[in-house]
Amino acid sequence: MGNTELALTIAVVVATLLAIFLLYKTTPNFQTVSLKEKFIKLILIIATIFTVYTTLAIVLSVIYESWLFFTKVPITEFLFGTKWSPQTAMRADQSASSGAFGAIPLFTGTFLVTAIAMLVAGPLGLYSAIYISEYAGKKFRTYVKPALEILAGIPTVVYGYFAALTVAPLIHDAGTALGLGVDSESALAAGLVMGIMIIPYVLSLSDDVINSVPQALRDASYGLGATKSETIKNVVLPAALPGIMGAMLLGISRAVGETMIVVMAAGLSANLTINPLESVTTVTVQIVTLLTGDQEFDSPKTLAAFALGLTLFIITLFLNVIALKIVKKYREKYE
Amino acid sequence: MSKSTNSKLAKRNRTEKLFILKGYMAILISFAFLLFLIFTIAGKGISGLQQTQIKLEIEFNKAAIETGNYNLLIRQQLDSLFPEIEDRSSKRNLYRLVADPAKFILMDMVQDDTSLIGETKEIWLPADEKVDIFFKQNADDWDTKLNPEQKELIKTLESQGLIDLNFNFPFFTYGDSQEPELAGIAGALIGSMLTLIVCMAVAIPLAVCAAIYLEEFAPKNRFTDLIEVNINNLAAVPSIVFGLLGLSVYLNFFGMPRSAPFVGGLTLGLMVIPVIIIATRAALKAVPSSIRQAAMGIGASPLQVVTHHTLPLAMPGIMTGTILSIARALGETAPLLMIGMVAFIVDVPQSFSDPSTVMPVQIYLWSKNSQPGFVEKTAAAIIVLLLILILLNIIAVWIRKKYERRW
Repeated sequence: MGNTELALTIAVVVATLLAIFLLYKTTPNFQTVSLKEKFIKLILIIATIFTVYTTLAIVLSVIYESWLFFTKVPITEFLFGTKWSPQTAMRADQSASSGAFGAIPLFTGTFLVTAIAMLVAGPLGLYSAIYISEYAGKKFRTYVKPALEILAGIPTVVYGYFAALTVAPLIHDAGTALGLGVDSESALAAGLVMGIMIIPYVLSLSDDVINSVPQALRDASYGLGATKSETIKNVVLPAALPGIMGAMLLGISRAVGETMIVVMAAGLSANLTINPLESVTTVTVQIVTLLTGDQEFDSPKTLAAFALGLTLFIITLFLNVIALKIVKKYREKYE
Repeated sequence: MSKSTNSKLAKRNRTEKLFILKGYMAILISFAFLLFLIFTIAGKGISGLQQTQIKLEIEFNKAAIETGNYNLLIRQQLDSLFPEIEDRSSKRNLYRLVADPAKFILMDMVQDDTSLIGETKEIWLPADEKVDIFFKQNADDWDTKLNPEQKELIKTLESQGLIDLNFNFPFFTYGDSQEPELAGIAGALIGSMLTLIVCMAVAIPLAVCAAIYLEEFAPKNRFTDLIEVNINNLAAVPSIVFGLLGLSVYLNFFGMPRSAPFVGGLTLGLMVIPVIIIATRAALKAVPSSIRQAAMGIGASPLQVVTHHTLPLAMPGIMTGTILSIARALGETAPLLMIGMVAFIVDVPQSFSDPSTVMPVQIYLWSKNSQPGFVEKTAAAIIVLLLILILLNIIAVWIRKKYERRW
């Protein structure tokens, strides 16, 4: 025991001395420098490979748990079933009626909230970007753009609080005054607030894209007698369209994966509806509710969360890959 | 010019003006949302940072402390303030003005400093939630919960200067509690700090090393292209997916403890690594290649070029990116819910493995509680969180402004 400890201590001391020697001894001796270089380069490569490991770990762990889920619930039921009520699966004695895992209501709920968010963020972000990049003066631009980007820095839990305690009651009251039946947790409230959150994402990217349209195109249009707005509508925007599409897709991917706003402001009941005044639930809300209660790791209820997570991962990955490709191709076109 | 051309021109000019107006309106509406959000939260939160307190001269009676009856200390003093009150229901009204958990404050004081026993000390103790709301008068429907006798008592106390609105210090020194009068953010603040320390200790070295390799050494081939695409996509993966990863890898596979800042930090670390890599690469890319060539020209090795020249010059950019990613990690909630940092935890965490919660999760937990005392507390916690984030952003902007170089 004493011997091992001694050997270990010596090894550590020697290694440390060697490391210090290698790090600080700068001699013209080529061999030393090259050894040190190789060693440090190896560390850098290991760090880089680690980032790949993260993706692999996400994919493998989520796929593994999802696979366990699909051995209990057929994948077709999950993808095409229209009834979602995982709670009943808790009763172990009722294995025959072990809950319903049809995710269609969750997908429509996610789609509905995302659509509302993009209806808010799309026009507001795009028009702001056009104004800032084409009309605004330099001073306006340097102050207004960062100020609007504050919206992207606010934590989502704050938006959730705002949606649940301020916006949802406002919409509920307004709806009731108009004689409409509005649920106290409506898709509209969650989508509206999520839209506010996404404005800066659409704004920043669209602004970059519009700025990279060559001035020569604009000058040519002015030369033909077009006004500024005609130039923007008929020349600049069509030229920038792929980039703007990319910005919108990234916005959609944000909205689909957003969690806290919908957890706090959208509901839990899986209604299959496209009425924005009703309460809907989303994929992310269900992941949180399934995993924050009591957990049994082999129950389909818990595993369902991983299947939902896998779906979410695939959808957002797909959107991101397309968006990044479009934006990259677009940049290359004008460089 | 013909008449029709003229009218067409007027129409075109109108469209032009309308178009500009649309852009302007879009910016105004976005700003209006931002201001509405800030004012709503400030309006609710500022009163949460204040607390109605009652000044009592507490005599730390040894007999009462030994039996653990700290309520008696408060009641004795209230009795001596209002000797004329004798019947039981009036006494109950009087006693209920002081918050029920006030006794815990006295208990903590005695435990911290036993020399207090036998002494008499003037102490501001929190008033009951209903008194607090009545005194702040920001919810009219709630003041009916106090009976007229209690309102009279409050007025008497006020005329003697014994009840006042003070800065809510317990909010910063106590952990979570079931009672809104004593619920504080100390636990969440420490939890956030511990989580961020782990997160940064993991993320910064890995991310900076990976960025240096990719930007300065990596050969251009299919594999490095793949890594690059991978990193860009990782940065856009929804944060909740990282929570699922943390749950299945750290908790289920490695069996790490639930709710621990250590696991939270590791999970957030994975999330911010791609963000820091992207920022670091951008900073390294901004250093002109003439500097690298000059260094190599006088005989520096590739590694010396990086450590002596490129990296120091890129440092401000790297630091700015890192601080902004800390800010992002600080505001993140969803992945931490997955690894169980959502429990009700009263004690302030002492180590990286203690169960704890973090600021945004604390906000989420309180926001589910509809008691008016907690609604205020939620907004107050949001204000604290936003102030920290603003501070981080100011530091980042300051570094960028101070060390920015145009090549």
